[in-house]
Amino acid sequence: MRVEPPTLRRAQLTRIETVCLTLLALLALGTLLVPVLSRRDPLAIGDVLSLRLLPPFATDARGDFHLLGTDRFGRDLFVRMMLAGRLSLAVGVVGSVLAASAGTLIGAVAAWRGGGVDATAMAFADALLAVPRLVLLLVCAALWQPGLTTVVVVLVATGWMGVARLVRGEVLGVRAQPYVDAALALGARPWRVLLRHALPNALGPAIVATTLGVGNAILLESGLSFLGLGIQPPQPSWGNMIAGGRDLIVSAPWVAIAPGIALIITVLACTLLGDSLRDRVAGDSGAMLRDRA
Amino acid sequence: MPIASAAHAPSLIRRVGGAIVLFWLVVTITFALVRLAPGDPALLLVPPTASRQDAARLRAELGLDRPLAVQYARWIGGLLRGSMGESFALHRSVGSVVAEAMPVSLSLGGSALLITFLVGVPLGILQAVYRGRALDRLLTIATTTVYAAPSFWIALALVAVFTYGAATWGLPLAMRLPAFGMQSPGSELHGLRRLLDVARHAVLPVMILAAIGAAGIARYARTSVADVLREDWVRTARAKGVTARGVYLRHVLANVLPAMVVLFALSLPGVVAGSIFVESVFAWPGMGRLMVNAISARDYPVVLGATLWYAGLVIAANLAADIALPLLDPRRAR
Repeated sequence: MRVEPPTLRRAQLTRIETVCLTLLALLALGTLLVPVLSRRDPLAIGDVLSLRLLPPFATDARGDFHLLGTDRFGRDLFVRMMLAGRLSLAVGVVGSVLAASAGTLIGAVAAWRGGGVDATAMAFADALLAVPRLVLLLVCAALWQPGLTTVVVVLVATGWMGVARLVRGEVLGVRAQPYVDAALALGARPWRVLLRHALPNALGPAIVATTLGVGNAILLESGLSFLGLGIQPPQPSWGNMIAGGRDLIVSAPWVAIAPGIALIITVLACTLLGDSLRDRVAGDSGAMLRDRA
Repeated sequence: MPIASAAHAPSLIRRVGGAIVLFWLVVTITFALVRLAPGDPALLLVPPTASRQDAARLRAELGLDRPLAVQYARWIGGLLRGSMGESFALHRSVGSVVAEAMPVSLSLGGSALLITFLVGVPLGILQAVYRGRALDRLLTIATTTVYAAPSFWIALALVAVFTYGAATWGLPLAMRLPAFGMQSPGSELHGLRRLLDVARHAVLPVMILAAIGAAGIARYARTSVADVLREDWVRTARAKGVTARGVYLRHVLANVLPAMVVLFALSLPGVVAGSIFVESVFAWPGMGRLMVNAISARDYPVVLGATLWYAGLVIAANLAADIALPLLDPRRAR
């Protein structure tokens, strides 16, 4: 059987990929710059009575303009949303990349060593996959102290299995290739063969899984924070901002609506980007990624 | 359609065996997770004024002072007898608490799933038929957007429109939808009227779960149907003069349906887990709310019990899909 290298077919980006990447880059830039440039501390609570729950496009008594209005403590929602985006994006990217790295390592080692190591790793992966990720996340978040580190650790602990299975399949396919035997016969160390020959083949699918994972991780983080088990106030995250606007949904709907829209745009961009990259991954891994959608 | 033949039996036994081993692994991992967690459950349970002796007595009572191996053996032994321990907070057996909440989540998830497929599969087929054209692009953007939206946010937005909005705009009572609970509080309705009341309360939660589910299924169905449309025998069917309707109903649907039935089984646990947020927003007394409440009360036995139920559901669904696929698709029968 010929193993088709599942790399991305073209190096150029398609139009939709360019749009998504530009959008994400702009958002990332905004989350970095807006809180720095803002005149007021987005965490500080000032004159609550005169500032609270101003509607979007309002100018307050001090002459400050509020693009998205203010929350119940009179803090500017746009600046807070951008500050929250910093955290949400970072958690999504770091959580997803670390999970994919862990998955790549576990999958590659399992396939390369085979036998008991492989069986144990895959049984463990299957057992973790048997619990819905959200439930697993809730359990872990509940057992440890809620907060930033816990969220990232838990995202990694519950997110490595998919990539591990993917990479394992790729490495198993490559291992059977004559050129691997040739490299070993020439005296290459197994680790070198794994890094030079086996892993590059698995890179394409792993990148796609990571991209799709970022959106997923951001959604999960927001869900945890919404339930009060993730990022804790006053540190803003999109999830806890939505939770903060929950009982204001009638009187001041913008408090909950705005962070939700930021969240949807981000996850949408990640998903469309991942979908587009996935469609260009050839071979069995492409099909497997599609099956997991 | 051949029912499980004699040749099928060994693989059936192997699969059931595999599922049991998998469940045992989940049980062991969750046990380890809880025991690895920092903090002494006994200290969380006793009132802050309690003495050291009180905590020690409680620890002994709960068996937490025994060696880990003994605790594990007791936990497994209890499970084999069908007991998942007693809830710390509710002082009832975990089994009875879960048995009360599970049907709520299952019917919520089940009805949402049914709508999901009735809407999602035709949507996906439509997209595949018009692949690359304006309608497909529009639907792709729409489904991906819904797919990207957090369920709790959609829930809040819909509550704003259909509950508060409808009341503010003076819409008739029939068009306003309740946003809290599973039935009207304090009402002593019976029979059909009670059913109607529950149904009215279910509209928003089911709609949200179904919308997100349908978006996901449409995405999946679109690629599956598009793959089938590329097959040679579809071209052959068209060449020999089968009408477009005939091709889609007779050839395409027949080839996509088995995958969809399997997907139905595989989606159920996800939808039931997804109802965690919806239940928590709408205050439905299901598994999701039970779990969230148990977590904030540090009621570990209930958390563990609920997790095992979810895992059991996933494993059972996988097993059902595994067994059903060869029956539905003769090509997969080995």
